[in-house]
Amino acid sequence: MIKFIIRRLLIAIPTILLTITIIFFGLRILPGDPAVAMLGPEASPEAVEALREQMGLNEPLIQQYLAFLMDIVQGDFGDSLISGQSVSTQLFTNFPNTLLLAFTSIFFGCLIGIPLGIVSARKRDTVPDSSIRIVALLGISVPPFLFGIFMILIFSLMFPIFPSMGTGEGFWGQLYHLLLPSITLGLILSAALIRFTRSSMLDEINREYIRTARAKGVPEKLVIYKHVLRNSLIPVVTMIGLYITSLLSGAVLIETIFTRPGLGTLAIDAITNRDFPVLQGCLVLFTLVVQIVNLLVDISYSFIDPKIRPS
Amino acid sequence: MAQNDMNNTLLKVKDLKKHYPIKKGILGGEIGAIKAVDGVSFEVKRGETFSIVGESGCGKTTTGMCLNNLIEPTSGEIYFNDKQVSFRQKKDFQEVRKNMQVIFQDPYSSLNPKHSIQRIISEPLVINKMGTKSEIEDRVQSLIRLVGLDSYHLNRYPHELSGGQKQRVGIARALALNPDLIICDEPVSALDVSIQSQILNLFEELQEKFNLTYIFISHDLSVVEHISDRVAVMYLGKIVEQGTREEIFNDPKHPYTQALLSSVPVAKPKSKNNRTRIVLEGDPPSPQNPPSGCHFHERCPVKIEACKKAYPDMREVNNLHKVACHLVSENLSITTQ
Repeated sequence: MIKFIIRRLLIAIPTILLTITIIFFGLRILPGDPAVAMLGPEASPEAVEALREQMGLNEPLIQQYLAFLMDIVQGDFGDSLISGQSVSTQLFTNFPNTLLLAFTSIFFGCLIGIPLGIVSARKRDTVPDSSIRIVALLGISVPPFLFGIFMILIFSLMFPIFPSMGTGEGFWGQLYHLLLPSITLGLILSAALIRFTRSSMLDEINREYIRTARAKGVPEKLVIYKHVLRNSLIPVVTMIGLYITSLLSGAVLIETIFTRPGLGTLAIDAITNRDFPVLQGCLVLFTLVVQIVNLLVDISYSFIDPKIRPS
Repeated sequence: MAQNDMNNTLLKVKDLKKHYPIKKGILGGEIGAIKAVDGVSFEVKRGETFSIVGESGCGKTTTGMCLNNLIEPTSGEIYFNDKQVSFRQKKDFQEVRKNMQVIFQDPYSSLNPKHSIQRIISEPLVINKMGTKSEIEDRVQSLIRLVGLDSYHLNRYPHELSGGQKQRVGIARALALNPDLIICDEPVSALDVSIQSQILNLFEELQEKFNLTYIFISHDLSVVEHISDRVAVMYLGKIVEQGTREEIFNDPKHPYTQALLSSVPVAKPKSKNNRTRIVLEGDPPSPQNPPSGCHFHERCPVKIEACKKAYPDMREVNNLHKVACHLVSENLSITTQ
């Protein structure tokens, strides 16, 4: 197992390097001069030139690239062009918010989605199944921002139960502020999870070894939980993994609607302000997050499926 | 095999039916039914091997699966160990399943790919709380050796075993609960011929050792001839003939049985007692819409007028040998050859 993890980590290194390279050169190809962006269109050519010199923009590209790599290895992403704050600090203050939102919404998503998926599969083609499927289809079809606005309308304005914005103070305050956005995201996620769990379980439920389990005298409940559910989890786990990566790289819409600081809002602001160092920092962090989550998903596969388990 | 127990009935099946409704339209109105099993009756004595043969789709597997409610029968009565089994009562059929294990056709797909062999064999013991952890472990160890595997196989997963080994695991699993009856649903048809004979010998050894009763479902007549005490021949959801192995194989009465037997490849095709091949025309009719009268009459080479009108009753040729054919009822000679 440890060998497998180490091998996976070694494979991750070239992937990360390649992505960082693409990020670096991609941003350099973009039109627009960061020095001009920083000083504004009115700045004199001399000032721009001086700043370019100071930022190292006049060095050969390859030298800039090597310097960039060295900085990253040391955890230094430079300073924001707008606020002057170090990028690492900005990432560190915003990332926990996103992390918290991502995991709580995955939690709510699984809590709602997987059990409903099971019910839907077990009661196939009955009224409960059809109702669950209609709701799930609705959940997938409604755009997240619209759904977020509805949730705010209902739970913050009509019935002021939850705050509509901000992150709150202290543990309970943070939790309180977290609830509405994470339930919103969780509901959206659960719609997809219901459909995945259902189809994946129906795939397994007719397999011959399920019949074997029944023939052994295993009670129906245990047949469902020990045989069907566990074996149908692989596609579900894959999907949860994909969702985690997309949520961690910024649940942009939900963060914007609930005005929560987070990676998504940070990246969007950086793009509008041509704040290259911040954008670079965000992108590198996304890359790392995707790699780590993929590794975790791969490891969890090997717990679920002995065929994938490295010997 | 266990001759002294021959009069002891273990399983009695009376008029077992399984009809699959065919639904159509938005409201799912029933427009008919596929009669997979249509009024099957037989008895199985303790310690014998009772085979059910027939071509694909004749309902032999469905019959087997109905016996312990893996497929819920539409109607019919089943008596197991002199007790009627109610399939609406969960407790009832769970109890029956304990004593009536099944070995499935395809060893590749009938073992849970994500469970170790240890877990597969021990699961019935754990579920039914048959002893402490160490007792169960000992039992699993002895079971795996009983079927000719080694204890190191217990830590393997199904995909790490060959087809024959998997079927041995299937047998060990079926034996775990010391069942009275084992339903073998084509247990060797997915295996190589060389492995088939090994597994069949294992079946015989185990039967002698534990006085097991087998219901052996197969389409392979040479296998059936090798292993059975009594044989039932099914056609389109009904048993058309049943009798002892000798009666069925040496003196088949029903034209369908005769045709079926004539299709078995013979080891020495040029020998004198070679049977003439009877080639049936057409395909078996749909069980949704079986022909009037005797279901076999459209393909029967010796049909008479009565065959088109009414389904023949089961007639006793002698004590154990029964045939559903008008020609037998009317004492006409049925020789298709």
